[in-house]
Amino acid sequence: MMMMIRRARTWAGTAHLSDVMIERALLFAALSAVSTLALITLFIMREGLPVLLDRGPLAFLGGVRWAPSRGEFGLLPMIAGTAVVTVGALAIGLPLGLAGAITLAELAPRRARQLLKPTIELLAGIPSVVYGFIGMEFLVPLIRTGGPLGGPGYSALAASIILGIMVLPTIIGISIDALEAVPQGYRDGSRALGATHWQTITGVVLPAARNGIVAAVILGMGRAVGETMAVIMVAGNAVQFPTSILAPVRTLTANIALEMSYATGAHAQALFATGIVLFVISLSLNAMAGFVRGTHRSADA
Amino acid sequence: MATPVAVRYLVALALVVGCSTADAHTPETGVITLAGSTSIQPFAERWAEEYPAGRVIVQSGGSTAGIKAAHDGTAEIGMASRALVASEIAGLVQTVVARDGIAVIAHAGNPVQGLSLRQLRGIYAGDITNWREVGGRDLRITVITREDGSGTRDAFEQFVMGDAHTIATSALVTAYSGGLRKMVSQDPGAIGYVTFSQLNAQVRPLAIDGVEPSELAIASGRYRLQRPFVFLTRGAPRGAARAFIDFVLSDPGQQLARREGLAPVTVQ
Repeated sequence: MMMMIRRARTWAGTAHLSDVMIERALLFAALSAVSTLALITLFIMREGLPVLLDRGPLAFLGGVRWAPSRGEFGLLPMIAGTAVVTVGALAIGLPLGLAGAITLAELAPRRARQLLKPTIELLAGIPSVVYGFIGMEFLVPLIRTGGPLGGPGYSALAASIILGIMVLPTIIGISIDALEAVPQGYRDGSRALGATHWQTITGVVLPAARNGIVAAVILGMGRAVGETMAVIMVAGNAVQFPTSILAPVRTLTANIALEMSYATGAHAQALFATGIVLFVISLSLNAMAGFVRGTHRSADA
Repeated sequence: MATPVAVRYLVALALVVGCSTADAHTPETGVITLAGSTSIQPFAERWAEEYPAGRVIVQSGGSTAGIKAAHDGTAEIGMASRALVASEIAGLVQTVVARDGIAVIAHAGNPVQGLSLRQLRGIYAGDITNWREVGGRDLRITVITREDGSGTRDAFEQFVMGDAHTIATSALVTAYSGGLRKMVSQDPGAIGYVTFSQLNAQVRPLAIDGVEPSELAIASGRYRLQRPFVFLTRGAPRGAARAFIDFVLSDPGQQLARREGLAPVTVQ
């Protein structure tokens, strides 16, 4: 950021007035994005912190009952719900995503790759409500009656499967970048030493791309934690600790979206406080991903 | 669905803006403001559209805000869709303008025709978990409820659960009555509740204590799972507010309420 501003100044010294204007306008656009983030942060803190501090962060984050109309604000069932659904999404999305990334980056012929990669990217363009609707129409009835599983169908399992598919583009996209960043010389050297193609992938390429793949997983987690609409439609949203993967759960995002319409007073503030918890989680995940990728890049250079 | 609401909102906004500028110069008689319950708001807007004798501005904000608005005079008429507590009643005159029934719904193929209030409470409290226990098939009951803060849930809790019982935490939660209806229509073991106007052929309403929900049963009070739609005025309604309430209670006003799925109050 500082670099960019300094460069803009040196350009401005020699450039035409119109260039200066355009640079200023672009800088303004960039700053407005940053200031929006600052404003959002300030706003949710101002709305949510009073109730968080008033009840005590421990009571709020560790409370097991959520019944706003009776003044009970405990977020722990929703934190557990988010955790279960996210872990479930990764359990499905990580093996599929990693296998997909390895196939596309290391094994598939160029033609297949040119077809498959855009298709996977397209997956990210499907609106989440569509995933939710498909989940509600097909997946939920399937879980309820289609096999030995049973239960109401609206469950942690349904949410995990839907989210597992939704995190695929993130995991595959970033993992492919990481695999492609591994210098060709590593592969050549490995093959020259007599390793097979598969041994090269598992023994050399994957370890070298490890940091990037970890970053992909963390960003996939961020996507799963933040997803709202698709989860609301299939998770069942019961405020309880998930006793099995077939039981309904409520995530933090679902909690806000479900109850925002009629919430007033302390209830509305408690929803903003839920937002603070989410904000901290996604910020930490993004920071972690950035850190892991950063060490990867500097190790590369 | 979204467009008419947005259009209505814009119209309301235009009216508010138009009104405030008009007020500053030429105080207009005959313009009245309604504020309060989000449940009553869409019906109040329909009445306002059909009202021939003046302009009516409808704002929402919830029953509590409506009661406050009637008290401090920021609206000529406050709207509340729940019974008022003693401290709220002081100085206000309540006029019941319609009744809204809450229908308990089950899957269309469920052989159970009705439940007692006690059985319904047991199901929602999580004590009764199989339809067999209430005379149905051997099928797990999927309990579905609205979200905390919803007026429909509020009324349901008041009548069915009372102060001593709460809805089990294992109940599925949805924020949309249409979505709830769909969930019930897909699951043979499901039970849920929606306002009377949301009933359709996808689901079957259950009789409660032997009484099927119908406009007549709601209006006569025999179907007890209902809530009043109340207009509140500071003192007896006067002037423009009185004229509007008279219109709402008149035959055309009550017919309109019926067409929109409410139970009228004037049919006794």
